[in-house]
Amino acid sequence: MYKVIINVTLKDSILDPQGTTGLHALNALGFQDVKDMRVGKYFILMVSSANKTYARERAEEMCQKLLANPIIEKYSVDKVNFVGVGTANSGGTL
Amino acid sequence: MKAAVLVFPGSNCDSDCFYVLKEVMGITTQYVWHKDKDFPKVDLVILPGGFSYGDYIRTGVIAKALAPTMEALNRHIKQGRLVIGICNGFQILLEAGLLPGAMLWNKSLSFICKRVFLRTETADSFFTNRLKKEQVLNLPIAHGEGNYFCDEDTLKRLKDEDRIAFRYSSETGEIGDEFNPNGSMEHIAGILSEKRNVLGMMPHPE
Repeated sequence: MYKVIINVTLKDSILDPQGTTGLHALNALGFQDVKDMRVGKYFILMVSSANKTYARERAEEMCQKLLANPIIEKYSVDKVNFVGVGTANSGGTL
Repeated sequence: MKAAVLVFPGSNCDSDCFYVLKEVMGITTQYVWHKDKDFPKVDLVILPGGFSYGDYIRTGVIAKALAPTMEALNRHIKQGRLVIGICNGFQILLEAGLLPGAMLWNKSLSFICKRVFLRTETADSFFTNRLKKEQVLNLPIAHGEGNYFCDEDTLKRLKDEDRIAFRYSSETGEIGDEFNPNGSMEHIAGILSEKRNVLGMMPHPE
């Protein structure tokens, strides 16, 4: 089993009002060191696969078909790690 | 004419659509549940507003993957029959690739529920041919993600092919940022498919 971490964010060219609002809120709380912020989605998947390459390929397909909308979002398959058995919550450490 | 209202888990404007079609317009209308295997042979299918599949991941996207009726809806469209997607129905049509573009969160980040004005941009479609070009309508909107976006090539095509059905406007039909409730590109409130048999719109005509 492979534990796969996927991040999805809005494309750089698209305004992210949630990020902008979050930035202002952080600044208001005294975190003036924060100069920019983007908000996205984080997916943890447990993928049954014979090898790492295939697990990554499948994750890419999942992004294209469901997890990200290529018109407005970009995605990255950040980690693909063999973890033996487990659930997305408990399956090994990354 | 025969019509069907396609119902997903989380649809909440299905009864309104059904009532208007059947009781107000006198059209033979039936509900179709998202899992129904027998998709009826009707002239018009309505995808109603609501929060299909809880809006999970992105509004409208789960319907594309989980609703067994989507394949039949595809065939219905390819046969040149009519579809109106309202609000969440529009979002489903976008995510399923049946209309071009995507929805972003409203620029204000707020869920907006109010009446707005929109200007009819084309009378050249089954859905708008009883309206006059530039005729102003006053309809309600109720959405969090109605900020329509598409790439420049798509936008050019929509304009060149006269496929923008409605734009947000003032009561007298002026167009401007101050009349655009959600920040949608070019103030778009509704668009038509290439064959003009599919209409997606955020405001609720029902």
